[in-house]
Amino acid sequence: MAQEQKQPKRSSEEVEEVEAAPETDVAERKESLDNDVDDILDEIDDVLESNAEDFVKSFIQKGGE
Amino acid sequence: MSVRRVMGTEVEYGISVQGQPLANPMVASSQVVNAYASATLKARRARWDFEEESPLRDARGFDMSRQVADPSQLTDEDLGLANVILTNGARLYVDHAHPEYSTPEVTTPLDVVRFDKAGEQVMLDAARLALQLPSNPAIVLYKNNTDNKGASYGAHENYLMRRSTPFADIVRHLTPFFVSRQVFTGAGRVGLGQDGRQHGFQISQRADFFEVEVGLETTLKRPIINTRDEPHADPEKYRRLHVIIGDANLSEISTYLKVGTTALVLSMIEDRFISRDLTVDGPVAALRAVSHDPGLSQTLTLTDGRTITGIQLQLEYLDLAKKYVEDRFGSDADPQTVDVLARWESVLDRLERDPMLCASELDWVAKFKLLQQYRERDGLDWDDAKLHLIDLQYADIRPEKGLYHRLVRAGRIERLLDDDVVEAAMHDPPVDTRAYFRGRCLEKYPAQVAAASWDSVIFDLPGRESLQRIPTIDPLRGTKAHVGALLDASQTAEELFQRLTH
Repeated sequence: MAQEQKQPKRSSEEVEEVEAAPETDVAERKESLDNDVDDILDEIDDVLESNAEDFVKSFIQKGGE
Repeated sequence: MSVRRVMGTEVEYGISVQGQPLANPMVASSQVVNAYASATLKARRARWDFEEESPLRDARGFDMSRQVADPSQLTDEDLGLANVILTNGARLYVDHAHPEYSTPEVTTPLDVVRFDKAGEQVMLDAARLALQLPSNPAIVLYKNNTDNKGASYGAHENYLMRRSTPFADIVRHLTPFFVSRQVFTGAGRVGLGQDGRQHGFQISQRADFFEVEVGLETTLKRPIINTRDEPHADPEKYRRLHVIIGDANLSEISTYLKVGTTALVLSMIEDRFISRDLTVDGPVAALRAVSHDPGLSQTLTLTDGRTITGIQLQLEYLDLAKKYVEDRFGSDADPQTVDVLARWESVLDRLERDPMLCASELDWVAKFKLLQQYRERDGLDWDDAKLHLIDLQYADIRPEKGLYHRLVRAGRIERLLDDDVVEAAMHDPPVDTRAYFRGRCLEKYPAQVAAASWDSVIFDLPGRESLQRIPTIDPLRGTKAHVGALLDASQTAEELFQRLTH
């Protein structure tokens, strides 16, 4: 009997979860995308040459081919 | 034919010595090439056979002491000689003020990618080895095409073509293709104009350096179609189309599509399949206009009066290519031809909807996306040094510093090949061209190969007065199928020579 009582409750929880899912999903995905962007920029910040202006100025090549 | 054809690439790398912006780039380039040669070559260093330029006798006596010497001790004359042939059949050398790597001859787009990427690893090793030289120069190499101060250096493609194809047909049908293929082959660039004086982002590294439609030059008045005619094969049967308009790509998919689609268009030209006239009005200006519009909405005017975008022009070629492959091969088309067509279509479709959808495949889009993220986060304008730095550092070939490599490692750029496959291609030649014979000879008989080039291997055999030249004029002979067993069975170069000549 106890099982029978639990059964519907569980399924209604599931339904609620499913209904709530899209919104959370979008929000989460947006957040995770933003985090992704931040992560990659943070990672790249760490490896970028330190003085951008000097570095760019001193990158001088001769023509080739 | 299809995407299959004898072809290859040659890439000049940007070079800098850390902390020494005024270092002589010829010296640094020689250090890179010589360091790799000294560390990897087993015996004597086979010289490049400049058959037409120097007498054969000169091929003798390039002695060991020269290669172990610090190149800065050598005279300028000797610096020009830094030039080695690798066991994978490739050539590593100094061209003007850059180290350059030419892939061996291959027959498929994926093999172009494989040996082009192997070249990056060779360059990476070479720069690391140079650090161990007495003056330990910290040399960094860049797979890009401009310093944004007016200088450009090339990433060329070579395609073997039938001599019987009229050159005018090549010019007519290939020019519109080259004007527009940059929408997926571009490597991306911060800065407009040859010296980058105007601010902004453009699709191509090279577009602003092209000034004429057709010509022989590669360093001045660069032409969209280059007329250099040096087939390194039977000139009666073949010409080598030397393509100088491309960007140096890091992305494997960009290189794959660049070479694969171009090979398909060349096949259509050879088979006189292109019936439409897609001639663009003012192709030099159109090339720049397409490059300067990362939104991809810039239109071009065709001589038939239509105005279409670069993508739409590419769709015309794609449509022809699909019909051509269906017409010639039907369901028997080889897998790479089918794959190139599918990727070409998919990329054009997504570029048309939203270029950013290709950020994990194409160099210029990956770079553009990263730059846009920085602009958004830090509020940067296109003149900001940081954006220029990101552009340069994208092409830094060191895996720990190069931004292309960081994006790959973060799973943001797709690859076609595994590291193991690329690593093996640094040493093992392709099996289906004459590069197999060249590479295997260098690997197996290093002490007896006095010189080699695309179309010859020259042996210095014990007990023989003169050098023995084995011509390799046909790019599709000297393959594993032809000479694999012969090489396996010959313990010495003399044995090989006997078997080849009797």
